[in-house]
This record gives sequence, structure tokens and C-alpha cells, in this order.
Amino acid sequence: MSNLLSVVTFLPLVGALLIAFLNADAKSNARWIAFWTTLITFLLSLLIWWNFDYTTANFQFVEEHAWLGPIRYKMGVDGISMLLVILTTFLMPITILACWESIQQRVKECMIAFLVLETLMVGAFCALDLVLFYLFFEGGLIPMFLIIGIWGGKRRVYASFKFFLYTLLGSVLMLLAMMAMYWYAGTTDVPALLNTKFPADMQWWLWLAFAASFAVKLPMWPVHTWLPDAHVEAPTGGSVILAAILLKLGGYGFLRFSLPMFPIASEQFAPLVFTLSIVAIIYTSLVALVQEDMKKLIAYSSIAHMGFVTMGIFTGSQQGIDGAMFQMLSHGIVSAALFLCVGVIYDRMHTREISAYGGLVERMPNYAFAFMVFTMANTGLPGTTGFVGEFLTLMAAFKVNTTVALFATTSVILSACYALYLYRRIIFGALEKPSLKAILDLSPREIAILGPLALLTIFYGIYPAPVLDVTAASVKNIVQNYEAAVKPAAAPLAP
Amino acid sequence: MIYTAIVFLPLIGALVAGLFGRVIGDRPSEIFTTALLMIAAVLSWVVFVQVGFGHETHKVQVMRWITSGELDTSWSLRIDTLTSVMLVVVTTVSSLVHLYSIGYMSDDDSRSRFFAYLSFFTFAMLMLVTSDNLLQMFFGWEGVGLASYLLIGFWYKKPEANAAAIKAFVVNRVGDFGFALGIFGLFFVFQSINFDAVFAAAPTVVGKTMMFAGYEVDTLTVISLLLFMGAMGKSAQFLLHTWLPDAMEGPTPVSALIHAATMVTAGVFMVARLSPIFELAPNALAFVTGVGALTAFFAATVGLVQNDIKRVIAYSTCSQLGYMFVACGVGAYGVAIFHLFTHAFFKALLFLGAGSVIHAMHHEQDMRNMGGLRSKIPLTFWAMTIGTLALTGVGIPHVIGFAGFHSKDAIIEAAYAANTPNQYAYWSLVIAAFMTSFYSWRLVFMTFFGKTRADHHTFDHAHESPPTMLIPLGVLSLGAIASGFVFKDYFIGHEEAAFWGASLFRAESNHILHEMHQIPAWVGLAPLVAMVIGFVIAWLYYIQMPWLPAATARAFRPLYLFLLNKWYIDELYDWLFVKPAFAIGRLFWKGGDGAIIDGTIDGTAAGIARITGRVVKIQTGYMYHYAFAMLIGVAALLTWLTYNAGLMGVVR
Repeated sequence: MSNLLSVVTFLPLVGALLIAFLNADAKSNARWIAFWTTLITFLLSLLIWWNFDYTTANFQFVEEHAWLGPIRYKMGVDGISMLLVILTTFLMPITILACWESIQQRVKECMIAFLVLETLMVGAFCALDLVLFYLFFEGGLIPMFLIIGIWGGKRRVYASFKFFLYTLLGSVLMLLAMMAMYWYAGTTDVPALLNTKFPADMQWWLWLAFAASFAVKLPMWPVHTWLPDAHVEAPTGGSVILAAILLKLGGYGFLRFSLPMFPIASEQFAPLVFTLSIVAIIYTSLVALVQEDMKKLIAYSSIAHMGFVTMGIFTGSQQGIDGAMFQMLSHGIVSAALFLCVGVIYDRMHTREISAYGGLVERMPNYAFAFMVFTMANTGLPGTTGFVGEFLTLMAAFKVNTTVALFATTSVILSACYALYLYRRIIFGALEKPSLKAILDLSPREIAILGPLALLTIFYGIYPAPVLDVTAASVKNIVQNYEAAVKPAAAPLAP
Repeated sequence: MIYTAIVFLPLIGALVAGLFGRVIGDRPSEIFTTALLMIAAVLSWVVFVQVGFGHETHKVQVMRWITSGELDTSWSLRIDTLTSVMLVVVTTVSSLVHLYSIGYMSDDDSRSRFFAYLSFFTFAMLMLVTSDNLLQMFFGWEGVGLASYLLIGFWYKKPEANAAAIKAFVVNRVGDFGFALGIFGLFFVFQSINFDAVFAAAPTVVGKTMMFAGYEVDTLTVISLLLFMGAMGKSAQFLLHTWLPDAMEGPTPVSALIHAATMVTAGVFMVARLSPIFELAPNALAFVTGVGALTAFFAATVGLVQNDIKRVIAYSTCSQLGYMFVACGVGAYGVAIFHLFTHAFFKALLFLGAGSVIHAMHHEQDMRNMGGLRSKIPLTFWAMTIGTLALTGVGIPHVIGFAGFHSKDAIIEAAYAANTPNQYAYWSLVIAAFMTSFYSWRLVFMTFFGKTRADHHTFDHAHESPPTMLIPLGVLSLGAIASGFVFKDYFIGHEEAAFWGASLFRAESNHILHEMHQIPAWVGLAPLVAMVIGFVIAWLYYIQMPWLPAATARAFRPLYLFLLNKWYIDELYDWLFVKPAFAIGRLFWKGGDGAIIDGTIDGTAAGIARITGRVVKIQTGYMYHYAFAMLIGVAALLTWLTYNAGLMGVVR
């Protein structure tokens, strides 16, 4: 039990090694090995949840080994990272299944890429050392680059190029900030740094440097334009991981580093974050409304939903952060499902043009039902997971600044517009296009993919307590520390 | 247990019919859902007698919902008199509509889906009326919205039905935008959104102000107005009413259940439920009165000239909801709920009657193609006539009358007693009563009297509906006749205080129920006179002198077009919101994301490529080159870091 986190983190890597030794044409074996590896990883990760202590905000399952001098191999989870680990391990088998038939070229390499990606992402959520985190965090980009670049669409090079440029700047700045932190605190140990009080002006610079990296990942407006392109070019499985997990690294970063380590700067920058969040919510919702490509539409709606995450985090309150966490998990499930839904019909028709569809409910009632569940979750309907996070973050925003809440709440109108307009164009209407006449409803494999996601969307929508209970203690701790750090700073700077 | 059963039986029906409908078949789905609803309806009447006449209040805790910090909400049922009235209305009408739909939808090929939606709607509506906190109310609120969306768009091949469905959902969301902000506001002020906590603390913030969107405003007023915005959306009040007439694209039983008897009255229920808050915000109540009076008047004017049988009734519903809000606005909550109660019976009756006509006429809805149907479908004719008598409020003062006579005239009297500026509320409602009478009788005359304008084939084949459709008409006719005088004493009469108990709140200074009996005699007679005049004019126009309507329309053509086009509000919204939203979206996409942001990025990229391209060929465009370059970078920085770390150790 003591090294459960390492096992969960590196088990996919073992699977990847196994696949590497397969024959190049052993497609089926590669898929099955990848599937079983990810499934076992998921089951093991459930052990973490099973043995998780809800009462403490401390890091649990901590492992620590000497590594490179002051940089130590240190892993551990609290209520915030644990759920993100579970989300990752849960989605991986689904992703592998999603690639089952749509990827026919270089299957072996693809499976290896996904498994390596899993290791790096789980590692990033578990790492309790700055440098270790950085390695996992940035390393995750490499398999993602490859997935987009090799199995992607026509403009994959442009998309990955754009992604690269965006990310590069953020990464360099974050690394510099990490070095500065090390120079100041003399350690790269995350728990120790969480208790370090950096001077206010230093916090300012560190905050900006970290934010440069996280804002791109999340992504926040205006550094979001890589995301629609990346999604459009990525294969379905790549989109799922990109939307569901990689974006969450940004939110996780804000929550793990920016807010608790640089509270004073966080408070100062909060108005800026709120503004950018509101712009993201309104601007990208309107852009989503006019999209003609399904994946682009969902990508833009992702950006809008991430706006709630940043807004919630920087309210610095229990509801705001609980809501942001829930929103990340909910978006992880719902956006993954929506991209999978696009994948289902893309596999059949090989187009993402919305206008190529219409009247699918006629031939695909099960698909229409699943798509409806996720569309409604996307519009934040109460009773789905999409509601809980949005509602909590908005509620928290109202306490801090009613104007922010007023603008952000317009999302309840805008999300309904673009989501239902999309649904109508694809699912409803008469089935008139000759190419669609023979389209088939969900296969058993697709039901196995979408079914669990739909169940979770509704289950955690009506009973979010299991998730909120996990995060409660850790979030409370963050909020208390934040308030303690911010309150004295508000006092006049008397000697 | 009984309460839980009432609420969750429809959900079970919905799940079974929805998920397994294709397996078990259409007929079993119909019977199953209808039977469960019948049971729920019977149980509801039991609860109504227990709670309403027995003065008990109950709470059932079902499950935790959202807990975060001081926010603590759960799924729970709150059963008091107000709830029990709503339970009776919802389950009775719903079970009758289920039964009716078995006949009405008999030639549709996805009936189990239809019944699943109907039952799901009923569940959501029951969650709404039994909620013990604003969050569950919001769940029910949006849940009925979803059901309404699905049912309006039930015939998904019709483009108009799809458009109407989206419109209904989005316009309701505009209202919910306000509702949500109102809930945030309550939480901000009271640290809770549970009814008991909020109601108990509300008096402590009377007169206190808060900052909202940069303005300092009265706390309870702004919160009440925000919440009321939700009510305006759901109950189709002026400016947010545009979805309701379009919603008639859905199957007629849906219009009867959702868009007449139950869902659209949720706004009225909300204001009544939150009377402990609204009552402390007189300015908000004045606004409620104003909106109600304006809607009652506006919708009636549009109803005068519509030719689609369902649209006439839809505008009538809109108008009647305005009446209910006036009652709320003047503080006569019991009167509002009384009208909600009676209206549910006669308006559902009118819609189901219209459905029976449409069924007989093979899906013809235009009254210009009807006429003379009285002899063909006599039972439907009588049902519609009873509904019309109830809606127009026929009765003998101080003696007895149809349902609407008791409830609608009480609202008009309360409006007078409230003494609004220039008695505008009173006069709007009296004029609306005149118009109500006119358009209702116009509907009856155009449909059932005179020589038929239908083509031979349709007219000859017009047939009375099957028993599954006629039984609901019969039961609702009974309600339209009797629900007024039977329950009058309890809802608004001598037993009123004991009947409502604590479920409705009135401030100490609110004596409206007393004052409405102290009004001059002519005030009470005016609506009756208006009603008679409306009837006589309708009779003249459509029986005596059938050429008169066209002549009038020609003589007042601009006004006629203005009314026929529903005051051009749809066109205004299209020009004001819909087109700009798409235009701005395109501008942000092509201009913002494309030209400015990507332009900058690509420009920078090209610049870098030019510079570095001369030194080394790094920008090859191959993915793995970048990846490799990054790995090297990471490795280099790591090395540097460890090296420095070592140095640091030495220095220290």
C-alpha cells in the first residue's frame, strides 16, 4: 500500500513496454494489452479512493525517495489531486476503446503513446516536488504532440506548431519561477513550499510566470486559439484526453500552486482573472454559436466552461473552489463524452461538418438519447454534473462581486443556445440526406463507452456528495490559509 | 411514504417507458404510466384532505444534495397546504392527460417515448412544488423546462416544432438567468437557501441595502425582482411570453398539461411560495402587479384575431396568468392560487376539447376551415362550451357560478381594493375580461356554429373521439363547473386562514382579503357586464353578421396587423438579439480569434522562423523535432538546476 501511487503511475509504462516488444502487425494484441493495463490501473486507483482519509487536508499515500540532490522523488495526493487521478485512470480505458476501430495505422505506437501519456498525467497530479511536477507536466505534451501529429487530420502540423509556440513561452517562464522559488526557499518540496511565505513583490512575479503556463493549458482567453485547432486535428481519443485531462492540468496548477503559494498576488490578480473568465464565458459561447465544425463548437464550449474554473478558484472561497473542482471533473466527463459522440458519427461519415447531418434520431435513437444527456449536462441542467460546478462557482462569485456573477450567469442562456442549436442540426429534422439513410445506431462497444459516462453524469448530478466530501477538507484548508494570508495584507503597511 | 410515492411514481413510469419502451411495447408503456399517475392522483387527493383540511405540515428528507461550506441543501419534500393544492392540480390533470393521450396519440409510432416524457414532466413538476429549498425548486423548474422542450419538439421532423422547442428553452433560460441570480442573492444575504431559514431571517434585512452590479439597491427588492424574472419566463409574462404561442407546435395533450394547467403556473406558485420574501418588498410587488396587468391586457388583444384554435387558447392562458400575477402583486396570494386551481381544470378542458376537435378534423387547426361541427361532435361541443362558460366567468353574483366566476372575479375585486394608480390594474383586467369573453365565444362560434367551411371530405369524416378522450373531458367539465363554488370558502372565504395555515404569508398591514369585500357594488358587476358585452359582440360578429369581422379588419388594418403579428415582438427580438448574437459570434471568431490573436501568433512564429531559420533549421515542421528540442531544453535546465543546487548546498 505504501507505494500505491507509484504503482498506479508507472503501471501504464509497463504496459507500454510490453507493447513495444510486440510485432509491428500485432494490432489486436496491442489494443488488448493497452485496454487491460488501463483497466487494471483504474481498479488499482480505486484503492486510493477506498483507503482515502476524508478528514484530513494533509497529503496521503506519501512516498519519498532521494533522487537528484535536493530534488526528491516525492508523491502524494490530497482531496484535490486524488479525484483528478481517478478521472484520468477512469477515462483511459474508455479512450483506448474509442481508438479501437478509428485508429488503424501504427496501432502499436498509438497505444504506447496513450499509455505513456497516462503515466505522465497521473504523475503530474501526484508529484509533490516542483521539478518532478514540471517533468510530468511538460512531458505530457510530447505524447500529445505525437498523437496529434501522427494520427491527426490534414492540418495537424499547423495545429501542433501553434500548440508548441503557445506552450513554450509558458513553460520557460514557469521553470524560471520554479528556480526562483528554489533560490528563495531552498527546497523544491511542495508541502514545504505551501508553508513558505514569499514576499509580496516576489509573489507577483511568480504568480505571473506560473499563470503564463497554466493559462495556456486551461486555456484562458486570449491564449486559447490553439485549442480548437488541436481538437479539430486530433483523433477522437486524443481529443478526449486533451479536453478531459490535459486542460485540467492548468486548473490543477492554479489550485495547487498559484492560489495557496502566492495568496497575496492571487488576490491582486483576481479581478484580472475574473475579467478574463467572463470574457471567456461570453466570447467563446458566442463563437461556439456560429461554428460549422462539431469539434470546434465543443472545443469553444470547453473554453467557456473552463472560465468557471478560473473564476471559482480565485474567489478563494469554499463554494468557489469546491465548484471549480467539481466543474473540472464534470467537464472531464461531459466534454470527453461529447467528443466521443462526435467520434461516433465521424467514424461512420468521415466528416465533422454539422451541415452534413440532420435527422439522426430516426436511425440512431440510442445515440440521440446519449447525446441529449451530455448536451443537457453541457448546458448546466440541474440533475447533471454540469450544474453543480457552475452553480457553486457562480454562487461564490456573487459573494465576491455581483457584477462578475451577473455577466458570468449569462452562460445559462448562451450555453443553451449553442448546445441546443447543435443538437437540433444533427439529431432532429427529417432524415433526408441520402448518405445518412443507412447509418447505424451505437454498437455494443460504443454503448460500453458512452453508457458509464452518461450514468456518472446523472449520478453525480443528483448525488455529488461523494465528490464534495473528498474535496471538502483540502479545500477548507486552502481557503483558511488564503484568508489568513490575505487579511493581514489588507491592513496598512505600518512598521 | 405517501408523499414519496406521489412524487416518484411518475419517475418510475418515465424510466420504464423511456428506457424499456421499445422492449415492452407501446401499449404496456401507456397503461403502466397512466396507472401510476392515477394512483398518484388518488394519493394526492388524500394528502389534500389530510393536509389542507387537517392543517398538518410534513417534511420528508430524501437524500443529501449539494453541500459546500455553509451551503447545505438536500432533496426533500415539503408538504403544506400550498403544496397539496399543487399536488392535486398536477397529478389530476396529468393523469387525465395521460388517459386522453392514449386515444389522441393512437396513430403515432413512438408513443412510449411520448408517455415517458409526460411522466418525466410530471415528476419534475412535483419536485418543483414539493421543494423545501430554492435549489430543488430550480431543479424542478429546469426539469419541467427540459420536458417542455422535448415535448414541444416531439414531432422532430417538423422544423417549426424544433424551432419552437429551442425558443421555449432559451427564453425560459433568460428567465432562469434572473432566477439563478436571485438564488445567489439569497445565499449571499442569508447564508442559506432553505425556505425555513430564509423566511425566518427575511424580516431582519427589511430596508437594508446591498451593492448589485455597481448600484446600491434595496436588498429584498432586488432579490425579489430577480426571482420574479424566472417567474416571468416560466409563466410567459410580457416580454418573456414569446415562446408560449409557438409551443403550440407540440401535441395538444402537451399544451393542455404543460402549457395551460401546470408548468406555466409555476411562476405563480413561486411567488406564492416565496410570499414571506415578496411581501416584504412592496416595490417588487408593485412590479409584479404591473407586469400581470399588462400581460392580461396584451395577450387578450392578440387573442382577439388569431385563427389557430390552439393559439387563441394559448394567448388566453398567457392572459389568465397575468390575472394570477395581479392577485399576487396586490398581496392576495390565496386568490391567485385559487384561480390557478380553477384555471387548471377549465383551461385543460379547453385544450383537450380543442384536441378533440383537431382529432376529428384530421389535424386541422385553423378555425377558418371549421364551422358547423356542433352536430358532428356534440360531446366535445358541450365540453368546450362548459370550458368557455368557466373561463369567461359566468355566474349569478352572490349565488353561484362556474369556476372562473368565483376565482377571476375575486382577482378583479382584489385589484380594485388594492387601489393601484388610476385603478389601472382593475381596468386592465375588466377590459381583458371583455376581450376574453369575445375571443372565447368567437372560438366556439367559428368552430361549432354556422355553415361549415371545411372541405367535404374532412367534414363528412369528422367523428366524435373515443372514450379515452371523452372521459377526461367529462371529469374536467365537472371541475370547470364545480371547483369554484365547492372550494371557494376554503381558498378565499371564511375558512381561508385556517386552510392555508402558514403556507402563505401576509404582512401585518395586508388586509386585501378583507378590503376586497368592501368595494362598491358596481365594481363587482363590471366584469360581468364586460363578459356579457363580449359575448354579444362575438355573437353579432360570428353568427348574426359574418361579414363584419372582415370589414372591421379592413377598416382598422394597421391595428389588425399589429395584433395579428403579436405586436411585432418576435421581429423585434430577432432584430435586437438573435441576429446580433450570430453577427458578434462571427466577428469574434473571424476577427478576434482569427485576425487579431492568431494573426499575432502566426506573425510572431513567422518572425521567429525567419530569424532562427538563418542560424539553424529548427523550424522543420516535424512534430518529433519539436518534441526532441523540448526534451533537450528540459534536460539542459534540469542539469543547470541540479548543478546550482549543489553549489547552493556548498554556499550554505
